[in-house]
Amino acid sequence: MPSETHEETLALREQFNTEAQQKDASTLGMWIFLITEIMFFGGMFLAYTVYRRWYADVFAVASSSLNVYIGAANTVVLLCSSLTMVLAVRAAQLGNRKAIVWFLILTLLLGGVFLGVKAYEWNEKFVEHHIPGPNFHFEGIAQQGPAQLFFSLYFAMTGLHALHMVIGAGLLIMLIVQAGKGRFSASYMTPVDVVGLYWHFVDIIWIFLFPLLYLIDRHLGK
Amino acid sequence: MITAAVQERANYLTASHGIKSWLLTKDHKRIGLLYLFTITLFFFLGGAFATLIRIELITPQGGIVSSETYNKLFTMHGVAMIFFFLIPSIPATLGNFFLPMMIGARDLAFPRINLLSWYLLVIGGLFSLFAMLAGGVDTGWTFYTPYSTTYSNSWVIATALGIFVAGFSSILTGLNFIVTVHRMRAPGMTWFRMPLFVWANYATSLIQVLGTPVLAVTIVLVFCERVFHIGIFDPALGGDPVLFQHLFWFYSHPAVYIMVLPAMGVLSELISTFSRKPIFGYKLVAFSSVAIAVLGFLVWGHHLFVSTQSVYAGMVFSFLSYFVAIPSAIKVFNWTATLYKGSISYATPMLYAFGFIGLFTIGGLTGLFVASLGIDVHVTDTYFVVAHFHYIMVGGTIMAYLGGLHYWWPKMTGRMYPELWARLSALIIFLGFNLTFFPQFILGYLGMPRRYHVYPPEFQVLHVMSTAGASVLAVGYLMPMVYFVWSLRYGQLAPANPWGATGLEWKTPSPPPLHNFDKTPIVEHEAYDYRPIIGGVPESA
Repeated sequence: MPSETHEETLALREQFNTEAQQKDASTLGMWIFLITEIMFFGGMFLAYTVYRRWYADVFAVASSSLNVYIGAANTVVLLCSSLTMVLAVRAAQLGNRKAIVWFLILTLLLGGVFLGVKAYEWNEKFVEHHIPGPNFHFEGIAQQGPAQLFFSLYFAMTGLHALHMVIGAGLLIMLIVQAGKGRFSASYMTPVDVVGLYWHFVDIIWIFLFPLLYLIDRHLGK
Repeated sequence: MITAAVQERANYLTASHGIKSWLLTKDHKRIGLLYLFTITLFFFLGGAFATLIRIELITPQGGIVSSETYNKLFTMHGVAMIFFFLIPSIPATLGNFFLPMMIGARDLAFPRINLLSWYLLVIGGLFSLFAMLAGGVDTGWTFYTPYSTTYSNSWVIATALGIFVAGFSSILTGLNFIVTVHRMRAPGMTWFRMPLFVWANYATSLIQVLGTPVLAVTIVLVFCERVFHIGIFDPALGGDPVLFQHLFWFYSHPAVYIMVLPAMGVLSELISTFSRKPIFGYKLVAFSSVAIAVLGFLVWGHHLFVSTQSVYAGMVFSFLSYFVAIPSAIKVFNWTATLYKGSISYATPMLYAFGFIGLFTIGGLTGLFVASLGIDVHVTDTYFVVAHFHYIMVGGTIMAYLGGLHYWWPKMTGRMYPELWARLSALIIFLGFNLTFFPQFILGYLGMPRRYHVYPPEFQVLHVMSTAGASVLAVGYLMPMVYFVWSLRYGQLAPANPWGATGLEWKTPSPPPLHNFDKTPIVEHEAYDYRPIIGGVPESA
């Protein structure tokens, strides 16, 4: 059989010639996947842009019902989770197996806190009848339709973002199990690296969502 | 030539056995065959719907099926053909099989993701199949709102979910191809030594990766709108149904290029091989693929000329649509220039290639008609548009797909197809196709709207011609089915390089060994390093 095929290892699958080639390919693959994600969220950002331009005033008033302080605190939580993720990647680069596990667990916890706070916020909206649908009612606005549009976008965008967080949490759990078994080392840490890229991407989406959803009422001078 | 010893050596088909070795395979060649099998089923399913449509249209009274059923027939014809046949057709079968071989790689960069994307197509297909069997869907393959979100009582959600899932199959295939082309090329295989089929698939992958997610999010919004009544596209709440059209065509116009760009890639291989000349203007043809991919994203508004889009936007989109004609024309001119003084042979793949050039040219030129604002208002939603895009999709993509399938069949299976039958079927398909769709240009120009099954009696002659053509076409499509299957057992054993072609895929035995090459090839020449034949047949390598 071919002289060039080699024993398959995690760091060197049989289709690759060198470990560097495999690492390069995996990273490039993740970057391209993130581009598809930008296009995916892009459709929603487009819808948001169109409707906010049409109904700027209604959107501002509707936005004022969101709690900026909770949103801001949650943003900080998410940024911290990005920090711990970076530290996990760094620990992997240095081959510090114990630290990888701990930083990944910390990232998972911070992600969990973010989702918990999000669930609390959604529940509040539920109580206030701000859920789009037949029971929707927003006090103090004549145009109920556009106000409902704002909340449709709010739920669609934060919902999809949360779904990505849940997927990220699943990936983290997988990594924690593997890292616990000592699977990663300085010479093979690609999964930690690419999940890190994904996690940061999901954070960046939130960095755009937070001002677009929570902060567009500032000029109302509440 | 071929010896018994060569034939008995292990290849990717004999490397392992049993159903499990196929369903869990990571070999890009086997996955290509899995795709081939799957999309053939959908092709004949979509063809069955088309048959019913054409039978219904024989008489102007529209007596055979009800209007509701007719709506479902043309919707399911479109869904099956576009999302489950044309989009995966060339990239997922021929591309999967040959893209790694053409750049001298052992496999795609992510074999397991490749297998996953086949499963996604199957799962998506099952969703849509379920919708079709459970009662069908009647929105048209375009799913325009508010009909799809509010009023339709058919299986919109199941179908849309199927398309959503199949979309991820397409995204992952594109991602896999891009990474493979960037990172897996053999030593010496520079970008400008890559076969144009690889360039075309690379450009296609860019569209799949950039466009398909937008369709995915649009489907999510339609889904939410239909289930939760959230109002994003609902005018009653201040939403805009036309926004749906923008989002939908932002994917679905580039999707046309997902379907036709790989076909153009196949054409470059066929024209070069069977005229034994390097492609004229290689770099221009390569770049024109990328140009089509980029420009394809800037023309979606030409589907909205009559949808309340501003007339200024319409003018810009019209202008940009004309612009796409340039790279397309570059390809056609360069192929014909390649033929000039070539040693042309008329093997079956070349017959399909000639068919493609003629039909694509008609399809492309009528594209200019519908890209101009005034004429488009006259022919919007008529059979003129139907004829136009069938000339591109069927006359272009399917011709090239069949041409490519014949060209690479010996490599894929190790058997030759019967040449005489194959030439006959190519001829029948060409005649049948023109008889089916040319009358539709006239019908449309005279005012026959698409998606109607009751029509004024004066259109009957043209409709009957079209139906007669469809019957001929059906015979033409069934013939390869029969003789391809026949050839698996009774076909002549294929040599490694039956066409005397230069690509790397021909430098390895037919069928190829498990890892494609015994030794990673080292590339020292440009693609299409052909010399004219002076006297006699080329020697098979």
